[in-house]
Amino acid sequence: MADTKPLPSTLSVGLARTKLEVREFFREKEALIFTFFFPIIFLGIFSAVFGSTDFNGVNAATYFTPGMIASGIFLSSFQSLAISIALERDEGLLKRLRGTPMPPQSYFIGKIGQVLVTSVAQFALLLVIAGLVLGVDIPSEPSKWLDFAWIFILGAASGSVLGIAFSVVPKSGKAASAVITPIVLLLQFMSGVYFVYSSLPAWMRDVASVFPLKWLAQGMRSVFLPDGFQVNEPGGSWQLGTGAIVLTVWLIVGLFLAQRVFRWTRRDAG
Amino acid sequence: MENDNAVRVRGLVKRYPDKVAVDGVDLDIHRGEVFALLGPNGAGKTTTTEILEGYRRADEGEVSVLGTDPANGDRRWRSRLGIVLQTSRDEAESTVLELVSHYAAYYPNPRDPDEVIAAVGLEEKRKTRPRKLSGGQRRRLDVALGVIGNPELLFLDEPTTGFDPEARRQFWTLIENLRTSGTTILLTTHYLDEAEHLADRVGVIADGRMIEIGTPETLGGRGARTARVSWSDADGPHELRTDRPTAEVAALMQRFDGEVPELEVRRPSLEDIYLDLIGKANAADAAVAIEAGAL
Repeated sequence: MADTKPLPSTLSVGLARTKLEVREFFREKEALIFTFFFPIIFLGIFSAVFGSTDFNGVNAATYFTPGMIASGIFLSSFQSLAISIALERDEGLLKRLRGTPMPPQSYFIGKIGQVLVTSVAQFALLLVIAGLVLGVDIPSEPSKWLDFAWIFILGAASGSVLGIAFSVVPKSGKAASAVITPIVLLLQFMSGVYFVYSSLPAWMRDVASVFPLKWLAQGMRSVFLPDGFQVNEPGGSWQLGTGAIVLTVWLIVGLFLAQRVFRWTRRDAG
Repeated sequence: MENDNAVRVRGLVKRYPDKVAVDGVDLDIHRGEVFALLGPNGAGKTTTTEILEGYRRADEGEVSVLGTDPANGDRRWRSRLGIVLQTSRDEAESTVLELVSHYAAYYPNPRDPDEVIAAVGLEEKRKTRPRKLSGGQRRRLDVALGVIGNPELLFLDEPTTGFDPEARRQFWTLIENLRTSGTTILLTTHYLDEAEHLADRVGVIADGRMIEIGTPETLGGRGARTARVSWSDADGPHELRTDRPTAEVAALMQRFDGEVPELEVRRPSLEDIYLDLIGKANAADAAVAIEAGAL
């Protein structure tokens, strides 16, 4: 009798979802360009435009690499999930999944698995291009890579849960890109991804300090810019402790919100 | 404690802020039968089905699907159902075979993906992505994903809307094969020929109420089946309703002494009966409204 066979475990279904999500991601051209290659393209443009312009003693490629890494993590987590889940909800894919014995947790394991795989691949590619093509010095000290690891994980995790929560904001799947992309772009500008952060007006820096991307970018600067560079930061230090606290708070807020607001059907579905 | 019924519903009520969508529906679906739920748009078909599928909660009444209240349905329960929704998107970048194999991983006792793809007639499209499929082929993929888990009960919500006649015929064959394999099927449709062709029993729903349940042959009662004999003579066209049309025709032959001008013997189609039922429901509503002074 069918009833006696055990149900597949949440983890095994979650891994099957991860495989499917990663495959979907890499086969979809739009996501690949605007999420995966975006930071790499921008790093290339910036280093071509600014060439050997001096940014407090380093060249443009070196100065912008950490910002692009932070930006990539945020795009691969927040933007990618917020848009894809909004579309999947609007077009009835989530409703179909809810009608199968797939455990809900497996869906989220799939999404977070996809964020991990794509953001690590993106980071690796960015690092190879920065190091080999653009001549950026890549740090070798283990302590810096330890910092990188926790900043990366906190950034990707908070971006993911916030993306899951934010997916309920667009009113339709079609509106998802139009609603989410400008918000992310604005955050990137204010958080000093495309500019020298210390050159931004103080009020803008204050606004950016509320959001996670600023702290993610600052953390990445602490890893990839030479020692002593923190004197150029507005506070004169990398403020890693504050960054860890802000990112953790966002992670908790995001976890709470994602659980509260997530839904499998459209708002008008009653 | 499961009985012979795959679905048992008593006094189902579902209210939305602006209207009562389902207003006291009773329904039994026997194991192994194909049951068609017929009704105009907004009659309560989809709301009723979605309550049975566990997507919506009933406001009142008793609902049991495979022996479980859908409101408390767990993964084990869901693994015994197959749901084909009215519209749904697929993971657009995966092929037919990748999708069917992936969905198989959700179930404890799935069917073989290749076998299911063959059963829905998509063998030649195994390596094709959904967006390159025709409307009929996509619907077949929906069915493949609905039956991959080897369901005891399959929900099909308006499965052939927008099909050309050829695609519908092919789709019907697919459903007949599923039925032969013992799957209980709840089909919602607004195509009467579809219900007549596929269903063992038909339920007609209008304004949230089940007006009538019967086999396609008995729907509407005996009276609704009365034959109509019509002909013409010098006074113009005539028509009479009779239970003995053969005798009437014989009498006419006597009278005309040979050919009867414009002779026709008709029995109402399921469509006539259905429209009659829906019309009566609307007329009853109008009467209630007049009594209540609403008109």
